[in-house]
Amino acid sequence: MFAYYLDLALRSLKRNRVLTALMVLAIAVGIGACMTTLTVVHLLSGDPLPGKSSTLFFPQVDPENPVVGGSTEPRPAMDYRSAMDLWNAHRADRQAIITSSPVKVRLPDSGQPPLLPSMLSTSADFFPMFDVPFQYGSGWSADDDAHHARVAVISADLNQKLFGGANSVGRILRVRDADMRIVGVLKPWRPTPLFYDPWSQNFSKSEDVFAPFTSSMEINKGNFQAYTCWHVPPSMGDLQNADCVWVWLWVELDSPAKVRDYARFLDDYANTQKSLGRFAVGSEHARLRDLMTWLTYRGQVPGDVRLQAWLASAFLVICLFNAVGLLLAKFLRRSGEIGVRRALGASRGAIFAQCLVEAGLIGLLGGGFGWLLTLFGLWLVRQQPVDYAHLAHLDTAMFLVTFVLAVGTSLLAGLIPALRASRVVPGWQLKAL
Amino acid sequence: MELRPILSTLRRHKVTACLLILEIALTCAIVCNAVFLIGQRLQRMDMPSGIAEHELVQIQLGHIGKSPDAKAQTETDLAALRQIAGVRQVGVVEELPFSYGGSSNSGLMLDPHQQQPTVNVSQYMGQNILPTLGVRLVAGRDFGPGEYVDLDTAMAALKTGDTKGLPQTMIVTRALAERMWPGKDPLGQTAYVGKDIALRVIGVVASLARPNMLRMGPQYSVMWPIHMTLADGASYVLRTAPQDREAVIKAAVAKLKQLDPNRVVVTKRTYDEARREFFASDRAMAGILVGVIVALLTVTALGIVGLASFWVGQRRRTIGVRRALGATRGDILRYFQTENFLLATFGIVLGMALAYGINLFLMTHYELPRLPGIYFPVGALALWAIGQLAVLGPALRAAAVPPVVATRSV
Repeated sequence: MFAYYLDLALRSLKRNRVLTALMVLAIAVGIGACMTTLTVVHLLSGDPLPGKSSTLFFPQVDPENPVVGGSTEPRPAMDYRSAMDLWNAHRADRQAIITSSPVKVRLPDSGQPPLLPSMLSTSADFFPMFDVPFQYGSGWSADDDAHHARVAVISADLNQKLFGGANSVGRILRVRDADMRIVGVLKPWRPTPLFYDPWSQNFSKSEDVFAPFTSSMEINKGNFQAYTCWHVPPSMGDLQNADCVWVWLWVELDSPAKVRDYARFLDDYANTQKSLGRFAVGSEHARLRDLMTWLTYRGQVPGDVRLQAWLASAFLVICLFNAVGLLLAKFLRRSGEIGVRRALGASRGAIFAQCLVEAGLIGLLGGGFGWLLTLFGLWLVRQQPVDYAHLAHLDTAMFLVTFVLAVGTSLLAGLIPALRASRVVPGWQLKAL
Repeated sequence: MELRPILSTLRRHKVTACLLILEIALTCAIVCNAVFLIGQRLQRMDMPSGIAEHELVQIQLGHIGKSPDAKAQTETDLAALRQIAGVRQVGVVEELPFSYGGSSNSGLMLDPHQQQPTVNVSQYMGQNILPTLGVRLVAGRDFGPGEYVDLDTAMAALKTGDTKGLPQTMIVTRALAERMWPGKDPLGQTAYVGKDIALRVIGVVASLARPNMLRMGPQYSVMWPIHMTLADGASYVLRTAPQDREAVIKAAVAKLKQLDPNRVVVTKRTYDEARREFFASDRAMAGILVGVIVALLTVTALGIVGLASFWVGQRRRTIGVRRALGATRGDILRYFQTENFLLATFGIVLGMALAYGINLFLMTHYELPRLPGIYFPVGALALWAIGQLAVLGPALRAAAVPPVVATRSV
């Protein structure tokens, strides 16, 4: 029966090419606009570490004293002392202390001009915690952290620039004025969003040089940048004793019980600091969000993108109205034919099914063209001057969603017209013939 | 034109007519809001910076690390840059209006014992800023050479509490002066940053936008007489004739490389480029919105064409009868045009209410202002025009139906 309906639908579509083309076009444009923006939203709100993100947590306390502007949320980073206190407590399964600063890098005894990349100062757990992939070598050890070892890990990008992509493990890199031994080279690694950095641009590149937190405090002394300060620092860039937030922590907690314990520990810490007079607010401003909650809270999907998604959805609705109107016109124009089929014994259900098959076919065609328009739309997004442009590609899931949405939309649009068509009174139509 | 026959026909096509009205309403609502959003973006992109935008180039050197001779080096660089042909002014500026990256901001207070600052301002620090940027002074004077302090001295003074090492004066924008001292002469007034820094206003400039955080008031900026060096993260800014900018950048970079080949050029650009980059996303969004409006109107027009064609085909016989009874082609044409006008009007009325609703949603979610009334007629006119254009083709075809159709069976 389905094959017969399909045949009927094809014939009917061929009979009125202009109307068919209008409907397919309307659905294709609607699907194209909708899928382009939905794909961008889908990509931007993706999980950077699937399967692992629920065990990673971002602890926050609020060292700002006094709190300015009546904020109800803590700053996205901490001062050096609070971060060190939390770090030294070693309450998590794994933990990484992090800050980022620009640094001058060159090869000793080379004529190349120096480079000015960003250096991520962190601790040994950073690499296993965030599943950072290595091309050569590996990260450093906790021992290296403790002994302020002069070791570094570099990005694939920097390795390409300095060593032409060769295995550079064991080579010496001059970071500002210190000689660091390269112990690892990363594979190209571009986590999107750059989840571990609470104050960078969301979709920017990760750092080029990674060095132990303890050693980089010595190497790059005086060059650290504060997110904000509530008292003027003793000297610019020298922030270890300053009332500035610039260091943050990530912790890995493998069971709900540990999460509860850590949250309690964080609250206690904040309250103790408040009673000591160092903090203005205690546990009310202590937070322990998991990775995805943190990203949502940060608003990783830019407002403009959400606005575009709303616009595109409204657009699809308009295309839906359009399709309903046109289908209605198409089906009712064939009242005579439907009358004959009814008179020859077709049930209302059969007419209804036949009309829906036709609507579905239009949806499938619209989906096909809509897919092409989506590819074009994503190409347009890639030409935009936004930091997430490189992300805009259609994955398999969204490819399937395109067709499901197209067929679903047109079936929905076909419902009313099909119902009307199936209620055609056969006798009346036959008389008119 | 008699409206009754049209209305009674529409009543017999309730579902179709309602669909068309809904489609027009939704389109109208979105077009109103989209035009409004475009207006907002254009307004933002058009914000005055207060500086001589087309005459400036910026060169920033990555000079990481404090070296004892940073100050001497800066002086040498400045002297060399002044020698370049076509350079009118050279200054050292920590930041420029409308640029990404960091900015120095502080809370100004009217009273040193205030709990919360009166207003958050962005401070411009560096040497020779006023003449280099071309900011227009409307009252008072620029800083004298004796008023400048070095950044290091100021930092040290803050630590020791020795107020002599701190800057004593500042220049404010007119907008800020009106916010801080409404109705009073701002010259000679004093504002405080923290308890220790007291700054007397010695000059007022017409306009100077802050680098970013525009939400805190785009024109709330001040200038402090503080000497900066490249080691403090400042840039060299050169003022020249618009046509000389590219040549000046090239010459300046060559000169600076020659003075010390060990430095990394982080930024070299004209101010126009900097500003374009800052507003790039607004421009892109405005472009997308224009695209959305065009696509929406096209789809709606296609829908009207489709339905009108269907109605014309369905009523061929009726049209023939009317023509046989004496209706002219013009009558038939006008019938379909009026019908479309009626539908569009219903849709527009509904669309206005919807536009208002969408605006309320945007106001709560995207911090947009209320939709001004001026945007409603824009949407209405657009849809009336689109409707009439779309219906013209089918209506002309209807008008061409010969009266003889009435005498034939279908």
